[in-house]
Amino acid sequence: MTTVPMEPVAAPEPRWRALRGTNVVDRLYRTVLTALAVSLPLLLLALVGELAVSAWPAIRRFGLSFLWTSVWDPVAGIYGAAPMIFGTLASSLLALLIAVPLSLGVAIYLTEFAPKWLRQPVAFLVELLAAIPSVVYGLWGIFVLIPFLRTVVVPPLRATLGWTPFLSGVFYGNSLLAGSVILAIMIVPYIAAVSREVLLAVPVSQREAALGMGATRWEAVWTAVVPYGRAGLIGAVILGLGRALGETMAVTMLIGNRHDIGLSVLQPAYTMAAAIANEFSEATTDLYLSALFEVGLILFVITVAVNALARLMIWRVARGTAVGSRAL
Amino acid sequence: MSARRLRRRIVSGAMTALVAVLSFVAVLALVLILGYLVAKGASSLDWGFFLKNPVPAGQAGGGVANAIVGTVIIVGLAALIGLPIGIGTGLYLAEYGSGRLGWIVRFVADVLNGTPSIVVGIFAWTWLVRPMGHFSALAGSVALAVLMVPMLARTTEEMVRLVPHSLREAALALGYPRWRTSLRVIARTALAGIVTGCLVGIARVAGETAPLLFTALGNLNFSTSVLQPMQTLSLQIYVYATGPFDEWHRLAWAAALVLMGLVLLLSLAARWAIRQRHGAAR
Repeated sequence: MTTVPMEPVAAPEPRWRALRGTNVVDRLYRTVLTALAVSLPLLLLALVGELAVSAWPAIRRFGLSFLWTSVWDPVAGIYGAAPMIFGTLASSLLALLIAVPLSLGVAIYLTEFAPKWLRQPVAFLVELLAAIPSVVYGLWGIFVLIPFLRTVVVPPLRATLGWTPFLSGVFYGNSLLAGSVILAIMIVPYIAAVSREVLLAVPVSQREAALGMGATRWEAVWTAVVPYGRAGLIGAVILGLGRALGETMAVTMLIGNRHDIGLSVLQPAYTMAAAIANEFSEATTDLYLSALFEVGLILFVITVAVNALARLMIWRVARGTAVGSRAL
Repeated sequence: MSARRLRRRIVSGAMTALVAVLSFVAVLALVLILGYLVAKGASSLDWGFFLKNPVPAGQAGGGVANAIVGTVIIVGLAALIGLPIGIGTGLYLAEYGSGRLGWIVRFVADVLNGTPSIVVGIFAWTWLVRPMGHFSALAGSVALAVLMVPMLARTTEEMVRLVPHSLREAALALGYPRWRTSLRVIARTALAGIVTGCLVGIARVAGETAPLLFTALGNLNFSTSVLQPMQTLSLQIYVYATGPFDEWHRLAWAAALVLMGLVLLLSLAARWAIRQRHGAAR
C-alpha cells in the first residue's frame, strides 16, 4: 500500500475504485457486510411471501369480501375481517385524537418554552414511556386505568353526552375507550420524540424573524416554527399511527375482544393484532389458520404503507438521519 | 390597539401554560405507571419470588425463577443472533451505503422497524415452529432477533457516521487497509454509541410478549433447553394479569416490577455508555 486515497468515503472516487482490488481482506470485508445488509430486504420479502402463501387458501376462498364481511364463524367456516379492521382503525384514530395534542404540546414546550435545565430531564422521562413493555401497560390498564375510567371519566361523559350513539350501552370496562387511551399513552413518546427533533431542526432565524416583526412568543411558534416543520410533524403523527395499528398486548388485554362493529366507544371491540394473539393457537382447521394469516397480511401491508409514508415525510425534513428509530 | 395587544399577550401566555400542562400530564402518566408498579409489586418481592417456580393455580406462594432464567436465555440468544447482523448492516450502511442498495436497505430497515411484533411472531411460527413440530425458545429468540436488527442497523450507522473523516483519512494514510480502518479505528471510535444501540435494542425486545406467544409459548416448569417451550417474564405477566385469581394478580405486579427494573437498568446503562464518549450531549 503506497498510494493513499484522500477522498471521504461518502463519495467513492474512481481512484479508490482502482484500489479496491488490491486487498483480498478488503473485498472479503465488503462482501460480508453486503451479505448482512442484503439480508434485511430478503427478510422483508420472506415475510411478505410467507404470509401470502399461508393466507392463500383464505384469499382464494373469500376473495375481497373478506374485507367487508363481519361474520367470523369458525364452526361454519366463514371468515370476515371487517370488525377487526374497523376496530384497528377506530382504536388507532381515537388514540391519535388524544396523543397528538399531548405530544405536540410536549414537543413545543420542550423546544420553545421550557427553562433550559428542565428540557433534558422531561424529554428523558417522556421517552421512558417508550421503554415500558406493552404487557406492563396492559396490566396497568386492567387494574388502574379501567377502574379510573369507570369511576371518574365515564359517569360525567355519559351525563353530558350520553344521548349520542358514541356513548351508548353499559360500560363494563374492557372497551374501545380503554384500548384507545392506553394506545394513546403508548404512542406519545414516539410522536413527541420525532416532533421535538423536527422542531429543533427549524432554524433560529425563523423564530427571530417572527419575533422581530412583533409576534408574541406563541405567535412565533404557531406561525413561523410549526408551519416550517409541518411535513416532519405530519410524519411524526403517521409514525405514531403505525405504532398504534400494530400494537398487540396492551390492546388485547383492554379492548374486550368482541367481533362486533359498533359506534359506542364504551363497548368491546377487536383489533387485527388482538385477533391473531387470541385465536392463533386455537385455530384448529387449516382455513381458520389461513384466515388469521390473511388478517396478519392485511395488518402488515397497512403498517408497512403507513410507515413508508411516515419515513418519506420525515426524510424530507431530516434527510437520511435515523430520526425516531431510537427507542431512547 | 392596546386591547388587541393585551389579547394577543393573554393568548400567548395561555398557550404557553397549556403546553406546560400537557408536558406535565405526559410525565404524570409515567409517574403513575411506575408508581403503581412499585406500590403493588414491591411487597411481593422476596427470596422465594426469585428462587421458586410457579405453583399450581389456586395455591398461594410460588415465584418466577423459571421466567427470569427463561427471559435471560431467550433474550441472550436473540442478541447473539441479532447483534452481528444488525451491527454489520449498520457498518455497511455507513461505509458503503451511499448507492442504491444502501438506500433500499435503509428504507427497509426503517419500514421493518415499525412492523407489528405479532406479525413477526407468526412469521417465526411458520419458519421454525411448524417445521419442527413443536414450540421452542429458539423460535422466540429468532423472532426477537428479527425485531432487533433494523433498529440496531440504523443506530450503528448513525453512530459510525459521527466519526470524523480526518480519523479515517489518517488511518488510511498510515497504510491501514480499509477493513482494518473500519473495524479498528472507525468502529472502535464509535464503540460507545454502538454499545448504546445494542443495549437499547436488547431492552426493547426484553419486554416483548406478542412474538413469543406462538414461539416460546411459556412453560410452567423450569427449563433451559432452547428447543423446548420456555417461560419469560412477559408471558408470565400476561397469563397472570388476565387470569381470575387474586394471587396471580399479585404475582403479575411483582413480575412486572422485575421486568420493568430489568428494562430500565438496560436503558440507563445505555445512556451511561453514550455519556462516556459524548459528554452530556443527548
